[in-house]
Amino acid sequence: MEFVWLIFLPALAALFIPTLFRRVAGIHTGWFVLIIPVVLFVYYSTYVPLTASGEHAVSSFDWIPSLGISFVSYLDGLSLLFTLLITGIGALVVLYSIFYLDRHKEKLGNFYVYLLLFMTAMLGVVQSDNIISLYLFWELTSISSFLLIGYWYTRDGSRFGALKSMMITVGGGLMMLGGFVILGILGDTYSIRELISGLSDYSGDPLFTLAAVLLLFGAFTKSAQFPFYIWLPDAMEAPTPVSAYLHSATMVKAGLYLVARFTPIFAGSSVWIWLVSGIGLLTLMWGSFFAVKQTDLKGILAFSTVSQLGLIMSLLGAGAIAYHSDDTLFRLAMFAAIFHLVNHAVFKGSLFMIAGIVDHETGTRDIRKLGGLMSVMPISFTVAFIGGLSMAGIPPFGGFLSKELFLESMVALKHFELFNFDTWGILFPVIAWIASVFTFVYSFYFVFKTFTGEKKFDKLPLKPHEAPIGMLISPIILAVSVIALFFIPNVVGKWLVAPAVMAAQPQLYSMPSEAAVPVHAWHGITSVPMWLTVGVIVIGTLLFTSIKKWQPVYGLQPEKLSLNALYDGVMTFSEKGMNKLSRFYMNGLIRTYLLYMFSFFSVMTIVVLFAKGAFELDMNSLSPITLFAVLNSIVAILGTGMVIMSKNRISAIIALGAVGYSVALFFVLFKAPDLALTQLVIETISVALFLLAFRHLPALKTHGETKKNKVVNGIIAGGVGLSVTLVALSAHSNKLVASISQFYKDTVHTEAGGGNIVNVILVDYRGFDTLFEIAVLSIAGIAVLGMIRLRLSRKESDDEKE
Amino acid sequence: MKKNNVILQTTAKVTFFIIFLFSIHIFFAGHFAPGGGFVGGLLTTGAIVLLLLAFDLETVQATLPFNFTVVIGIGLLLSLGTAAGSILFNVPFFTHAFAHFDLPLFGDTELHTAMIFDSGVYLVVVGAAITIIQSIGGDE
Repeated sequence: MEFVWLIFLPALAALFIPTLFRRVAGIHTGWFVLIIPVVLFVYYSTYVPLTASGEHAVSSFDWIPSLGISFVSYLDGLSLLFTLLITGIGALVVLYSIFYLDRHKEKLGNFYVYLLLFMTAMLGVVQSDNIISLYLFWELTSISSFLLIGYWYTRDGSRFGALKSMMITVGGGLMMLGGFVILGILGDTYSIRELISGLSDYSGDPLFTLAAVLLLFGAFTKSAQFPFYIWLPDAMEAPTPVSAYLHSATMVKAGLYLVARFTPIFAGSSVWIWLVSGIGLLTLMWGSFFAVKQTDLKGILAFSTVSQLGLIMSLLGAGAIAYHSDDTLFRLAMFAAIFHLVNHAVFKGSLFMIAGIVDHETGTRDIRKLGGLMSVMPISFTVAFIGGLSMAGIPPFGGFLSKELFLESMVALKHFELFNFDTWGILFPVIAWIASVFTFVYSFYFVFKTFTGEKKFDKLPLKPHEAPIGMLISPIILAVSVIALFFIPNVVGKWLVAPAVMAAQPQLYSMPSEAAVPVHAWHGITSVPMWLTVGVIVIGTLLFTSIKKWQPVYGLQPEKLSLNALYDGVMTFSEKGMNKLSRFYMNGLIRTYLLYMFSFFSVMTIVVLFAKGAFELDMNSLSPITLFAVLNSIVAILGTGMVIMSKNRISAIIALGAVGYSVALFFVLFKAPDLALTQLVIETISVALFLLAFRHLPALKTHGETKKNKVVNGIIAGGVGLSVTLVALSAHSNKLVASISQFYKDTVHTEAGGGNIVNVILVDYRGFDTLFEIAVLSIAGIAVLGMIRLRLSRKESDDEKE
Repeated sequence: MKKNNVILQTTAKVTFFIIFLFSIHIFFAGHFAPGGGFVGGLLTTGAIVLLLLAFDLETVQATLPFNFTVVIGIGLLLSLGTAAGSILFNVPFFTHAFAHFDLPLFGDTELHTAMIFDSGVYLVVVGAAITIIQSIGGDE
């Protein structure tokens, strides 16, 4: 079977969701949706043995072959791992949402359509081998994320957050497209695999680094890296299932996927290594530090996601170092990155679901109002405890293992001798360790501030109680996985992580088993990471217990200097600035706009005609002037003069009609019956139309025109007339290419089966033109109707108000 | 404008049919002689406009009880359908087909898919023009 079509399965299913939601009222729509990710998860799981043996599967469908654009489903270790995360977490999130979103109150039709659309987009991003279709899916994730954040669109915060995320991620996506196009031109292909195999041909190009930087803009905006992370906290306005799914487990990881996928191409560039590892580390530090400032449960999780994404990003940067050194020490980083990515998706998913449960059952997410929930919500507390400790990096949970691998990789960096790492490399383990301390603090802050301590139930909007069992299933499954990851890390490593590592570093390994790193919980008493972890726990506990004393530090940063203020400033400035700029020349008068257009048109035409020497008058080929033509011209000129001179509209309309008829007579004179016929009918109808409309028009006024205005208008009108005349004369005298008429004469009977060339041109040779023209005509007709009807109905409602 | 327009009204009643039939003729003649869907549509519009001038908007609407916005839609669908239909036969978008048939009464006649396309043009022109005239004329 061509499994490339499976990417589109969720989007196809989305077509039926609105109908199901409306017709089948008795069953929560989520149950139908749930089938899709479950089926996909099971199907894609069957590819695990294939990728674990280092193979890959490809299925493709040509979309626009002439441009080299196709849909390709390329399943190797990396894309399969992401695919399983998308479908697996997707299934759990849908299950959770069934209990989270009320069937009667919420617009489930919209919600699940967006969610399924997102699923298709995300599958497309991770499976595409063609960078152009990858870009399309990438932007589709931004759009579906926009729709999901703005799901409760009546709230100001939702709309603001949706717009912010869209602005930042789509902006980055456009940069990335630039990078893709450069890569496509350099490598002469849009296929990632071919780009990798032909790398040596173009990696020396000066544009190569630019492509890397542009690509990273896309990855950093999507994966909420510093300083673009600011959209993620605002995206928390989305319903919690969406936050758990898009904004922690899958979509924000698309940037990580992109970096991992393009590591084989860009690993040789020092800019790439410094940017990815440096920005990653900065984001890790920044996010973990500011997480403790937050008072909103989901806000804490948002900043923690930012920081964890930074952690994985810095590991991916360190993973690229493996290309420059044979030391096995550096091969650890990529494995740690992928392993932590899995861990993070699992524990963060469970924590988001718990935050949602707390919100759902108590009515607030403000951590200052919460406390002591452990006694009423024991199951939720247990799940939060497991997830939180895994996030903090404490055994016996999965997060501990990847955190140790992370610290080990960071310590290893100081042994790297290229690109100034021998001098600056020491910063990496130091910052990583400090960030780990804050990670520990915010994990504890999240779990224990909510569930232990003083009971303040009377301050809560709702009376707290344990969530229904259906809502707890998904977080419990995730929590069990967190523990399982601790006990069977090497199984996961062998089947999922190592194939993904091999896919990200294909030049280094020939078999996934070579990429697998044996993971141990216990490294012996002399291991550096073990002592670092002990340090984290000791200092972290101290900081957590004294949190009240040092939390006011966050108040020191003035709001005006924050990145959010910068974003707001840029947005308001561009809106106001653009408004001012357009107000400057758009004064609302059609006369002014016509002045701009006509003067530009005539100046351009005349200048080009003479600058290029295009003007030519061939007196020999002109037709003889007949008496009939002379008389006809006199009528036309007199009519035009009358239009200008007349003092009331009706005579102007009739004079205009006379001009039109005389033009029609010219067509008759020059033996163009089709044109003459059309011109005559059009003239008749437009005069009738003018007569119909003219009683609505105000009486002719001068509109305060001065003499100066009239002179300017006269010059421009003369200029237009002159330029049209000159163009017509030159076009007649200056035949650069042979006329197409002969082709029409030759083929009109044989190819088009017609006799009247004019009509055959309309319906056949240039049928596209006609098709678009009638489309425009339809739009115009409906627009006139709409404008007039709309005005009428508004008038009526105004009358009612009075 | 309450005026007695007996002469105009009586002539309009007859002339309408003459113009309308002429427009149909022009429309069908299109492929081999001057004419076609666009001019045909305009002529029909002209005929209706004549009625509008002779009578008033309500009378014409009662006589020709079409929703002209729907006519636009039908026309556009017809044209687009003709153009897109060629895809089904695995030839590029907008490929026309024609053949000669021996029809009763007409004799040897050429049938052409361009005719279907052109009738779409005809309908759009009539629909859009009348919609515009009706909405502007009906706006009090």
